[in-house]
Amino acid sequence: MATEILMPALSPTMEEGTLAKWLVKEGDTVKAGDIIAEIETDKATMEFEAVDEGVIGKILIAEGTEGVKVNTAIAIIGEAGEAMTAPAAQAAEAPQAAEKVPAAVAAAPAAPVVDRSPDWPAGTPMKTQTVREALRDAMAEEMRADPTVFVMGEEVAEYQGAYKVTQGLLDEFGAKRVIDTPITEHGFAGIGVGAAFGGLKPIVEFMTFNFSMQAIDHVINSAAKTLYMSGGQMGAPMVFRGPNGAAARVAAQHSQDFAAWYAHIPGLKVVQPYSAADAKGLLKTAIRDPNPVIFLENEILYGRSFEVPDIADFTIPFGKARIWREGSDVTLISWGIGMTYTLEAAEILAKEGISAEVIDLRTLRPLDYDTVLASVMKTNRCVTIEEGFPVASIGNHLGAWIMQNAFDYLDAPVINCTGKDVPMPYAANLEKLALVTTAEVVEAARKVTYR
Amino acid sequence: MPPRKTAATTEAARPNISADDLKRYYRDMLLIRRFEEKAGQLYGMGLIGGFCHLYIGQEAVVVGLEAAASEGDKRVTSYRDHGHMLACGMDPKGVMAELTGRIGGYSKGKGGSMHMFSKEKHFYGGHGIVGAQVPIGAGLAFADKYLGNDRVTFAYFGDGAANQGQVYETYNMAQLWDLPVIFVIENNHYAMGTSVTRATKSPALWKRGEAYGIAGEEVNGMDVLAVKGAGERAVAHCRAGKGPYILEVMTYRYRGHSMSDPAKYRTREEVQEMREKRDAIEQVRQMLLTGGHASEDDLKKIDKEIKDIVNDAAEFSKESPEPPLEELWTDIYA
Repeated sequence: MATEILMPALSPTMEEGTLAKWLVKEGDTVKAGDIIAEIETDKATMEFEAVDEGVIGKILIAEGTEGVKVNTAIAIIGEAGEAMTAPAAQAAEAPQAAEKVPAAVAAAPAAPVVDRSPDWPAGTPMKTQTVREALRDAMAEEMRADPTVFVMGEEVAEYQGAYKVTQGLLDEFGAKRVIDTPITEHGFAGIGVGAAFGGLKPIVEFMTFNFSMQAIDHVINSAAKTLYMSGGQMGAPMVFRGPNGAAARVAAQHSQDFAAWYAHIPGLKVVQPYSAADAKGLLKTAIRDPNPVIFLENEILYGRSFEVPDIADFTIPFGKARIWREGSDVTLISWGIGMTYTLEAAEILAKEGISAEVIDLRTLRPLDYDTVLASVMKTNRCVTIEEGFPVASIGNHLGAWIMQNAFDYLDAPVINCTGKDVPMPYAANLEKLALVTTAEVVEAARKVTYR
Repeated sequence: MPPRKTAATTEAARPNISADDLKRYYRDMLLIRRFEEKAGQLYGMGLIGGFCHLYIGQEAVVVGLEAAASEGDKRVTSYRDHGHMLACGMDPKGVMAELTGRIGGYSKGKGGSMHMFSKEKHFYGGHGIVGAQVPIGAGLAFADKYLGNDRVTFAYFGDGAANQGQVYETYNMAQLWDLPVIFVIENNHYAMGTSVTRATKSPALWKRGEAYGIAGEEVNGMDVLAVKGAGERAVAHCRAGKGPYILEVMTYRYRGHSMSDPAKYRTREEVQEMREKRDAIEQVRQMLLTGGHASEDDLKKIDKEIKDIVNDAAEFSKESPEPPLEELWTDIYA
């Protein structure tokens, strides 16, 4: 049967092209794969091959014709001896354009439903633990419960962890499940993702998240996106964890806070705990989560002690902020080590008669917007506190979100307290200046309360 | 037409292959070629968008290695992935519908040509970042070893990816941990438009494994039986617990890097030479005919069967609806 040869699209952006040259003439026999024409696209001159075998019946578009739209019939091909009349136009049916989805309209905020249930029941026995011990216990408990959980990273086994977070795990679980890697972040992050695809639950430790930059392709392109790209068939149930942000005097390449980088990515969950109880409860939840979780620890917090509930299987759900201090004049929102400055500032503010409500977000993805909203609707003022860089910070996002969802409740602009917009300096005095400070948080709170 | 003298028929030691097996390889390679030709056509009609990298010319690589694989073995590859999917038994309809971005596609239209997966067929993608599939493949092998499964993983990558640093990080760990992974370098001589010799002064890519103690060999990738034989050696090595193995399979892609590549970096004569003298499908066709294993009519029947499968896949890929709009928001989190 005679069929039309259509002007092909030869690049992702081509809409029309020039039929530069015919390499066949009417009456020629062609096989699939024979080059029949040269076509100029917006990018290059391309050879155009026959798809079917047959005889070129009629050439409909002369060579040299410019502006030939894609899918225009340019020739007729058929079997030998067949009358080559053009069949009825059968241009490819382009899929119907997707219906326009109405943009979400910012509605007046309904009173948010906030989960204020306690993280552990009243009367629970408590024990004092460092963040370091809490993290180790979380891993050990989950490894006892699930044989597919394993830890890999630099110095996690025989050295007992560069920061001693994995101390004792090799002794208990052996070299099969606590695995020292060569110094090769890109490679072992990718192997971890493959192991997760293959049915295991890896905990990949980065000696610091600064080194995760070597591996960020696998974190984002391989781990975070695969569930979506596979239509839900497979994903990467795994944890990437390690210290993040500034320690002390380690300068620009060892001091960055990557919270905003990772929180940007759909498909990742991002956790940045402050207390030891949260470190433990959230890491256990992270290991059980069927998604890739970024678990941002902090070297300075490792040695801090907190009260941790002494119960058999203590977990904290993602997306539930913790209110450390209730207040009525201003909402201070932070997470991770930012909480150190925030709690100090709240104490100082209280002495000045400013009642600050302190929210620890704990997880940045998912983020507990309801707790943020309820608090801002009450205090009408908000300051965010983080150590990361100011441009495209988590605070920027919170400020924008509050503006869109509680504009009428704000009595002052939201202020973002962040690290300074400079690479971290080495000199002690400059380093102090580069970090966010308690004094800056206090000053911001005064500003939004007009004191 | 007189039988053509091919590399396949002149090689002395031939593996013992049944006529049925040979016919199956012919059929499987032809399916890939016809499927890819149809994909090129649908691209030209605007039904397939974005990037589309065709496998035409390289068919013997995946068909030969799949012939060496067993049920449960895993495979992972780059963005030039349609051939791998068809060779491991994925449904041509689902693959084509993914190319057209429809709900009937393997990823519900959300992955496209470069990002497709099938848990059922142990196909782990379809990865768009050059070289990323190499550690992922080693990770799949790590999981099998950890779980005590007697399985191997085929991690396919091109001569271009062979220069990525993560490949060597992976070689090091795969050998260190004796992972059952076969690194398959599909050397089609061009990393997009850059020939191997313009990218490296050590063009024997498989030999780079020697630095890590990994065994390997070069294979004639235009000869499906040679590929199968090498695949069997590699699989035996891995299953024996001896760690990874490298196959550098010398092959050739007839089409451009992607649909929008005019391929001006090589001569038309070079391509024609490969197509006319080295074509893997034509070689098997001649073996079937000259060996008396199949008649022209038998082969025509196979050709017709393949044509029907591909046409059905194309029809399905046009008729399957676009994903419903709510699919935008699904499969982000498990």
